[in-house]
Amino acid sequence: MSVRDDVAARIPGGDAGLIVAILLGIYAAYVLAGVGLGFSLRGQLNTIATLTFFIAVFALLSLALNLHWGYTGLFNIGIVGFMAVGIYVMALVSKPLYEAGGAAQVGGLGLPIVVGMIAGTVAAALLGLVIALPALRLRADYLAIVTIAMSEIVRFSFLSGDLQQFQVFGERVGFGGGSGLILDYTDPIEGFLSLFGAWDAYLGVVSAFEPLFGNPKPVVDGLVYGVVLLGFVVAYYWLLKRTGESPFGRVLKAIREDEDVANSLGKNTNRFKIKAFMLGCALMGLAGILWYMRSGAVTPNSFRPRITFFVWIALIIGGAGSNTGSVLGGAVFAALLYQGPRTLKNLIDAVLPNAGAPSGFGPAVAPLISNVDPVPFLLYTLDSIRQLQLVFMGVVLVWLMHNRPEGLLGHRKETAAGIPLTTQQAGQSRAAPDGGSEDE
Amino acid sequence: MGIAETYSRGRRLAVARPGSVVLGLVVAVLLFDLGVGLATGDVSFSGIGSLIWEGLMRGLVVGLAGIGLSMTYSILNFANFAHGDYITAGAFSGWATTYLIAGLGRADVGALLLVGASGSVFGGTLGIGVTGTPLAVAAGALVAGVFTIGLALLVDRTVFEPIRGESGITLLITSVGVAFALRYLMQFVFSSSVRGTTAQPPSLPLYFVDGVVRINAHDVALVVVASGLMLGVHLLLQLTKLGKAMRAMADNEDLAQITGIPTERVVRAVWIIGGGLTGVAGYMFVLWKGTLGFNDGWLLLLLIFAAVILGGIGSIYGAIVGGLAIGLTQSLSIIWIPSAFARAAAFAVMIVILLVKPQGLFSGRSTA
Repeated sequence: MSVRDDVAARIPGGDAGLIVAILLGIYAAYVLAGVGLGFSLRGQLNTIATLTFFIAVFALLSLALNLHWGYTGLFNIGIVGFMAVGIYVMALVSKPLYEAGGAAQVGGLGLPIVVGMIAGTVAAALLGLVIALPALRLRADYLAIVTIAMSEIVRFSFLSGDLQQFQVFGERVGFGGGSGLILDYTDPIEGFLSLFGAWDAYLGVVSAFEPLFGNPKPVVDGLVYGVVLLGFVVAYYWLLKRTGESPFGRVLKAIREDEDVANSLGKNTNRFKIKAFMLGCALMGLAGILWYMRSGAVTPNSFRPRITFFVWIALIIGGAGSNTGSVLGGAVFAALLYQGPRTLKNLIDAVLPNAGAPSGFGPAVAPLISNVDPVPFLLYTLDSIRQLQLVFMGVVLVWLMHNRPEGLLGHRKETAAGIPLTTQQAGQSRAAPDGGSEDE
Repeated sequence: MGIAETYSRGRRLAVARPGSVVLGLVVAVLLFDLGVGLATGDVSFSGIGSLIWEGLMRGLVVGLAGIGLSMTYSILNFANFAHGDYITAGAFSGWATTYLIAGLGRADVGALLLVGASGSVFGGTLGIGVTGTPLAVAAGALVAGVFTIGLALLVDRTVFEPIRGESGITLLITSVGVAFALRYLMQFVFSSSVRGTTAQPPSLPLYFVDGVVRINAHDVALVVVASGLMLGVHLLLQLTKLGKAMRAMADNEDLAQITGIPTERVVRAVWIIGGGLTGVAGYMFVLWKGTLGFNDGWLLLLLIFAAVILGGIGSIYGAIVGGLAIGLTQSLSIIWIPSAFARAAAFAVMIVILLVKPQGLFSGRSTA
């Protein structure tokens, strides 16, 4: 409480000010790194688009997880399973009908993308219901084991040849098995803008960038999609803030603090938990859709438990129980732990042109032992940054649990009353909604 | 009269315990299907025999590794997600030793120590096996156990001890961090390739009704080592004061401490016993299946959790029986469902047990 007050008090605008300040710092660092790498304007914009994308998806996922863990105390470590169900069902519904001789092995139902997104979200919520019915009555650690087992079952199911293709309404559809699924529908940005007849206008805006750098469309698309995702972050934030402050949200917090008390006050806690769990799962499914919707193809093995682990780190960095913290955690995680090491590698590669890293640990260590030559080992380390990144994240998680388990903004006292109780509280609650919109 | 009575009793049962009735029906349908398969010759007795044998072997590994998980779960009160990576760490340390002893002079030492990373040396070429290189295998199993004990103690000292008093969930999240750090550190060192580790072991065909069930030398080694260690743990916990102290601690830690039980020493003993069994289990698992990859332990961990929950947390007999049940479920399920869902069937058994008897089969017997 006190630390957070200090931080928030020093920055104008409170929590929102903190988020904006941190985001500005992150972007400035990336732009500087881009200058160091000698990026053109196109490269810089590309970096910003990628960074915005990851900040947004991790913020979305940690907001959804915050509803489970921060508000209700449900220990869900199967996040990636809900994401996979979301995007796969969405693909099944929205992919165009099967045509013999096309690139795609299986087709879809050919419905609009919005319908697919809704279907995917609903499917994730229903999977949540199926898990919740048996598991929520059990202890938190049992729920953890059941959810992570579920996420692996989902992955194995999508991998299996039996679901590779099947018939729905006489159409040849399927999940593609281990070779993955091509997302060959119209690009969502185009689909959405055409809906309002704005596609041609958009193309006109894109071509305005032509003098600045060649082939601007992918870059502009990326930036626009990043902004759309930030819009979703605002929507999630608003939804969860409203949920948390509603009578429903107060019961959830009561369950988190002491389920028996909530129960003895006449609340059907199982009911509340199931609803909260399903809502969170739906949000995770939608986040999964938004993450992979424009990736061109999905394979089951992208949905490994490590993504769940990423989201948990993001939430713990930000602080469970705080929506602002979740957004902040998502941003910090995406910028520092997820994209950071890769950018660092690129930066070092640019400064020291890579002299060909050794192919394995053996050739990397041998010179170090035989004639104290650390260069091959350092090159190998740099080359394996994607694995070492996970090691580093693991260490960060352990460090956080030791030193700051409440995260940057966690464990705050949120007033349960719908009306402000003190003047100080009133000031704070007025600051947050402005900040939420100002944020973008 | 008799019919009416049977009917009303059945009705009472159906109303009081609908889950059990459904479960019974499912089992009946499956058995009927199996009977039809056997009668029509779609399923052979020897095929089922082979599946049962495979399931038992897998179950022994799961049970052996599960003992350690079950003990830490009941005494330290948290689900240790790093346990799977202790298995992998044990396997890699043990196999590096085996490769080194079996292949010294025949291949580059570095390649041997890295267990033939990226195809630099192959276990099959070195002729590794219980019969071919018994000394190397025995040394490997020993090193796997010792190394994993060291690792478990080190991790406990640096990571878990400072937050011993925290809630189970805090410790669980921390253990997930440990798991990822260990797993990807191993990938960094040993590469992500899955390598074959053993030469084809000699096997003994046993005639069984309508065909052959093959039992090879590595199966026998696994049975001997696993049952020996299980018996050893049983005797240790039954005959020494340590077992009593563990039971007391699992029951009520504060009370145990007041009674003068050196709780930290008991915790250390738990890590030593659990870590040793886990490392050896990892080594034997790789010997039995003949391949080694950095994800092996993680994939096994979920089955181990299923086994421990099935057996009842804290009971080593529960872990063993649960392990065998999970192993058999995974193997036998492919009679009825596609093999891609075999693992899912094992988890389904766990979920059913959570519903029907959440405290597990051997509940209420902590650590013994």
